[in-house]
Amino acid sequence: MEELIQQTLGGIATGAIYACIALAVVMIYQAIDHFNFAQGEMAMFSAFITWQLIDWGANYWVAFFVCIVISFIGGIAIERIVFAPLHNAPIFTHIVVFIALFQIFNAGAGFIWEFTIKEFPSPFPEKLPFDTVLIGPHELGMTLVTLIMLGLIFLFFRFTPIGLAMRAAAAAPESARLVGISVGWMLALGWGLAAAIGAVGGMMIAPVVYLEPNMMLGILLYGFAGAVVGGLTSPGGAVIGGFLMGVIEPLAGMVIGSELKLTVALVVIVTILIFKPSGLLGRVVVQRV
Amino acid sequence: MTASTMPKTGTKTDWAPRPNPEFSLRIFGVTLAQFRRASIIVAVVVALLVPFAVEDFAVFQMTQLIYLSIAVLGLNLLTGFNGQFSLGHSAFMALGAYTAGIMMAQWEVAYYWTIVPAGLICFVAGFLFGLPALRLEGLYLALATFALAIAAPQLLKYKHFEHYTGGVQGLDLFKEDSPIAFLSTDQWWYYFCLFFGVLLIVAAWNLVRGRTGRAMIAIRDNPIAASTMGINTSVYKATTFGVSGLYCGVAGALSAIVVEFIAPESFTFIHAILLLIAMVIGGLASIPAAIIGGAFILYVPTFSEAVVDAFFGGDPSSKALVWVSFGVVMVVVVYLMPMGFAGFIRWNLRKLAR
Repeated sequence: MEELIQQTLGGIATGAIYACIALAVVMIYQAIDHFNFAQGEMAMFSAFITWQLIDWGANYWVAFFVCIVISFIGGIAIERIVFAPLHNAPIFTHIVVFIALFQIFNAGAGFIWEFTIKEFPSPFPEKLPFDTVLIGPHELGMTLVTLIMLGLIFLFFRFTPIGLAMRAAAAAPESARLVGISVGWMLALGWGLAAAIGAVGGMMIAPVVYLEPNMMLGILLYGFAGAVVGGLTSPGGAVIGGFLMGVIEPLAGMVIGSELKLTVALVVIVTILIFKPSGLLGRVVVQRV
Repeated sequence: MTASTMPKTGTKTDWAPRPNPEFSLRIFGVTLAQFRRASIIVAVVVALLVPFAVEDFAVFQMTQLIYLSIAVLGLNLLTGFNGQFSLGHSAFMALGAYTAGIMMAQWEVAYYWTIVPAGLICFVAGFLFGLPALRLEGLYLALATFALAIAAPQLLKYKHFEHYTGGVQGLDLFKEDSPIAFLSTDQWWYYFCLFFGVLLIVAAWNLVRGRTGRAMIAIRDNPIAASTMGINTSVYKATTFGVSGLYCGVAGALSAIVVEFIAPESFTFIHAILLLIAMVIGGLASIPAAIIGGAFILYVPTFSEAVVDAFFGGDPSSKALVWVSFGVVMVVVVYLMPMGFAGFIRWNLRKLAR
């Protein structure tokens, strides 16, 4: 029983990271109707930037926030430079460009920081102030950090004018443009936010999986699975889906062994897409002929 | 169009059937169709003679080029002609390679009997994966196949299959010597692969220019209009997925035979990306493009790694620069040459012809 609770709590902690990636994917999906296959690699690249800043002697939290800012600007730059000109391009062009970005970030990190595995520091204390064997300090910390960030993002979208404008631009770009919202820049902001959310996820998971250019591939797949489970049209659903995937992963591992971890995600993705493509909370999209 | 060639309005000739202006285009004094036929003949003759002109290693590389081109052609049938996206064709290559490998290593079947079963199994697998894919339009299919490509190596390593697949170590195969006295082993494998390559290229060519091909292309261009015209979209899409799987399966089986070794690490997500790069660089919806793309992913990495080595002095992480530049090249190609090199060549031929 204790093992089950341990596994579940650990699952919730990794689920927090999947939730970040899922949310980032859904935000970009909402904005431009495409999956960001490079989301994981962008997060990995951000984690490397933090590692570099800390290696140069920066305080962890200074590096953390500087990295978020850099990722935010980087996300905006990617949208403005690479994706804005592709605005009306066919799906295939988008997929190719996303895969190209994947390749550029993955190999770029390998070129700059080499492919050797690196230790990534955890900002949280070695020991928890209370005694428990159920959850480690880093796992508890990363769950809290993620929850705080998700809360802030919720508040941002719910209560600020820019958040409202961004939601409007994603939901009805034409009408939004008519009331004077710069849709292009809202998309860019969405990219920036998605990159920043992904960066937090990357920095939080790096101490667990160790830092190396390929660290995010499995996490990205689980993030996608979370987004699909929760519903690709629903940011809240994506967060819930991410946490769900985090819990499913260790439980499935206990049943069929952890070697098939990625296959579990594949089965989840294909099953949900076939039987309930709208996910848990997504809306059903009706195609008009 | 000059005034003299313009049909006079109001006369009978206005309605007379006019030949397609394309038929009258001439290049180097011959029509475009003749030019195309001549270049195919030249290509076949070169392909038949070249193993006698170069060293064994170059022959081995060209053998690799043949099976890579088959795989790229399979992907191109799916994406270029039918408009379905796959990021997971490395998994079908893996299935083909492991079918051939297990037959050869565990059941001691002769290599030449493994190609057809590998192709058929991949056809069935592709068809079955293509069936749910009908509900997964465009982007969703890309996501499902993305997951497939990432999960595939793990499935191959799975301990309960290890008895067959050899687990992490993979399978060592050994190939026989050339059965024909005057051919070296490498030359024999070259012709063996060339046979399948030519067979599959001719098959693909017949497929896409006939009734089936028109249906495939119609589905790509407008699925709703295609189904209104009476095309059974689901059967065509699933079958195309199966055929595409078949091509990759045969390519995988040939790779297993030629390289004499299969391991899960030969079929990772990176290989799915490589196939995609080859298709994009070669050009969509074109059969010769598969060879151009195959040549690109076979020769350019080795060549550019040598160039990078010359600058950075053999530091292993500097090789990653090659893969960064591949990403950049992909972006540049979709911006500037959306139809790839094949489209670029075709466009230039049109400009030369008059």
